[in-house]
Amino acid sequence: MTFFFETLLGGLLAGTMYSLVAIGFVLIYKASGVFNFAQGSMLLFAALTFVSLHDQGVPFALALLLTVIVMIIGALLIERLVLRPLVNRSQITLFMATLGLSFIIEGLAQGLMGSQVRALDLGIDDVPLFVGPLMLSQFDLIAAAAAVVLVTVLALLFNKTRIGVSLRAVADDTTAALSIGINLNRIWQIVWAVAGIVGLVAGLLWGARQGVQFSLSLVVLKALPVLIIGGFTSIGGAIVGGLIVGAAENLAEVYIGPLRYHAVVRLRIGLGLPVYPSRRPVWRARHRASLKPCRSPLFKKPRRCCWSSGASPGP
Amino acid sequence: MSQAILQVRDISLSFKGVKAINALSFDVARGEICALIGPNGAGKSSLLNVLNGVYHFDAGEIVFEDQHFHRIDPLGAARRGIGRTFQNNALFKKMSVLDNILTGLSRHMRSSFIEQALGLPRARREAEGFRLRAQGILEFLELQAHRDVLVGNLSYGLQKRVELGRALIAGPSLLLLDEPMAGMNAEEKQEMARFVADVNRDLGTTVVLIEHDMGVVMGLSDHVVVLDYGRKVGDGTPADVQANPEVIAAYLGVVDA
Repeated sequence: MTFFFETLLGGLLAGTMYSLVAIGFVLIYKASGVFNFAQGSMLLFAALTFVSLHDQGVPFALALLLTVIVMIIGALLIERLVLRPLVNRSQITLFMATLGLSFIIEGLAQGLMGSQVRALDLGIDDVPLFVGPLMLSQFDLIAAAAAVVLVTVLALLFNKTRIGVSLRAVADDTTAALSIGINLNRIWQIVWAVAGIVGLVAGLLWGARQGVQFSLSLVVLKALPVLIIGGFTSIGGAIVGGLIVGAAENLAEVYIGPLRYHAVVRLRIGLGLPVYPSRRPVWRARHRASLKPCRSPLFKKPRRCCWSSGASPGP
Repeated sequence: MSQAILQVRDISLSFKGVKAINALSFDVARGEICALIGPNGAGKSSLLNVLNGVYHFDAGEIVFEDQHFHRIDPLGAARRGIGRTFQNNALFKKMSVLDNILTGLSRHMRSSFIEQALGLPRARREAEGFRLRAQGILEFLELQAHRDVLVGNLSYGLQKRVELGRALIAGPSLLLLDEPMAGMNAEEKQEMARFVADVNRDLGTTVVLIEHDMGVVMGLSDHVVVLDYGRKVGDGTPADVQANPEVIAAYLGVVDA
């Protein structure tokens, strides 16, 4: 039983790292209804900037501060050069813009700072730590703590301040928000800056795990199942989704892994079934409660729900 | 300060070559209720969208509070005291009535978000002041009973009133109402007309509104501007306009004799 709980807890802790990545998406989706394809490259850019500075001998704290400043400047530039000219355009236009943005950021990051794999040492050893009878990874615990701190700060920012209300207003109806004097440009600047900083935290933690290189930008793929479970608009959902994916992945690896986990995945792809969690309780509960047709997050058009087999509503 | 709070001078607006508004001019006097009427597609909503900067006009100028504009953007319009409501309610459906009305104060916020996040005194005082103002608006529009209801759950008529409240709380000097009584029954219309008249009389707000119900328009407004195919075909007191043959032709069509 101890082993089961170790596996479960390890999975949950790893899940917080998925949540971190997913939160970056959620923030921007909430503020503009757009799936930000460039989140992965922002994450890579942040991690690479930090590593480059750190390698130059800049102390840890200063490098962190400088990277935060770089991400904020980046957000201001993105808002001015990419988003502002596209105000009032369709969601798909904005989505395509983020796609282009991702290439530019990736190119910039690797052009300026090189494409070789860089080791990132955060000074946290990945050593086992005993909590009672359970053996957990110290790195995972610290990563989870970072996620908790970040989420608390975000919750303060978006629930206690009028910015949160403005953010919801902008997401709900951009024209109306503008007409009552909400400064859309400012909101976008703030949101992209915050998403950049979240990307930095996620990039550092993931970078420490697997080295800072191009493939780091693919970490965002991990966020997709999380977003599908938790929804695109809820930070809470991203956290819960991350935990579920993390736990499911870890448990499956340990208990189904011997039965060829990858074969299962491939089989599911072959059969056209969802690869990731086959049952998605959060999604289905939300779904039933709202009784609306599912919305594909990329294209704001109702479409038939092909995932939840039982509760699929008519068009 | 001139008599007219708003002067529209030779405004033209076209969408890909289709003229929505054609060299339109009229004045709105300070403190009056001015109704824009005309058949569907006459350019009334386009005109409101021009006035608060959602659309950019191609030619002409707008004089608001003695300042000349060749281009207006929505944020600038809001800052200068132009409030508006929309034809299809543009409320924030997942927020309560109170929160919706409070969003109207977004641009009056002075405390920084750090002060708000930490609940520092200035932010708390400000929030308290905002709540009092919102309370005043809720009472004025008789919405207290619905204060904490999510807007999406309210009836259409009440939503229109919440939208009016959201525009009002910022204390606009000019209020643009796009069909404030659309889709209401006679009783609700009367109620809404009373609120608009109250706003105009008690708060001194100049109102420009679009309305189709002639009974309401004639009873409520001081000044009527009639549009047809983006041109002005009538301008005057309700009685003048009613007697204007061109207006009658626009509404009823003419039979070529």
